[in-house]
Amino acid sequence: MAERRVLAIASGGGHWVQLLRLAPAFEGCTVSFATVHADSAADLAPGARLFTFRDASRKDWWNFFKSGLQIAGIVLCVRPHVVVTTGAMPPLAALLVGRLTGARTLWVDSVANSEELSGSGRIARRFAHQVITQWPQLATPETPCWGSVL
Amino acid sequence: MAAAGDTRDAVLGFGAVIFVSVGSMMPFDRLVRAADEWAAAHPATDVLIQLGNGKHLPAHARQVRLMPPGEYRRLVETAELFVAHAGMGSIISAIQAGRPLLMLPRRADLGEHNNDHQLATVRNVANRPGLHHVEREDQLGGAIDRLLAGGGEAPAPISPYASPELIAAVRGFVQG
Repeated sequence: MAERRVLAIASGGGHWVQLLRLAPAFEGCTVSFATVHADSAADLAPGARLFTFRDASRKDWWNFFKSGLQIAGIVLCVRPHVVVTTGAMPPLAALLVGRLTGARTLWVDSVANSEELSGSGRIARRFAHQVITQWPQLATPETPCWGSVL
Repeated sequence: MAAAGDTRDAVLGFGAVIFVSVGSMMPFDRLVRAADEWAAAHPATDVLIQLGNGKHLPAHARQVRLMPPGEYRRLVETAELFVAHAGMGSIISAIQAGRPLLMLPRRADLGEHNNDHQLATVRNVANRPGLHHVEREDQLGGAIDRLLAGGGEAPAPISPYASPELIAAVRGFVQG
């Protein structure tokens, strides 16, 4: 089978931990990971490809532009066939640039959002190919629940 | 072990009896203060706080801003009690390590997060055995005492990976 390139991207903390728990879904693909701490390489198999980008949140939203540019650069470098993210806000840029460059894009809303979809997940619904929740009670026809990282 | 005198600031490579983490993304000084107050009242117990970019510096507990993932995992695994915000990174780390966790959820009305999903987390996720929480910071010290005295039930171990149906569905999406 031809090489299938996957960009698996998440901010730090719980977003990154949840992305790691999806790793078996990428078996057989050439995976590039991206997150906010270079130290996170310790969580990956030796030799795994890891990119980093600057974190940003609502409290320092101006950094979102820098994050977005860095993430756009990562997408253009990896040229993924598929982009998968577990949030938070900055990886929205990977879904957008990925989609514009022909990738299939998946937003996995964090398991932390048990009573409503995250704000970033609602934004992702506008341009990701697929947005999923991890909570059956939040599932809708457009935003199904495929299971949980736990 | 390092010489006495340099124990207040974080020295990586140590374990701690109580490991406190506010997560890596936002400050949570209310938890740092409450944990430091407990440390002040229990000077014989080694307390290490990972305080992220919080402004309040502990006066009694040892402290570190942000530690590398391997070091963090080791502390969660070896601490007698792990105390944290109700963030999924902390919760999943505690479950994967099979260590009891005591949480204080962040509150949006105090500017500690952008919404109250951590209150939802303690309602919906943190009800499994081995995961404990308090609603207010003034309840934290009492809860630490109770969990240390009672040995604190540990969470059941889980696979390092997501549920098989989620893995299969994401693999299906990836393979297109």
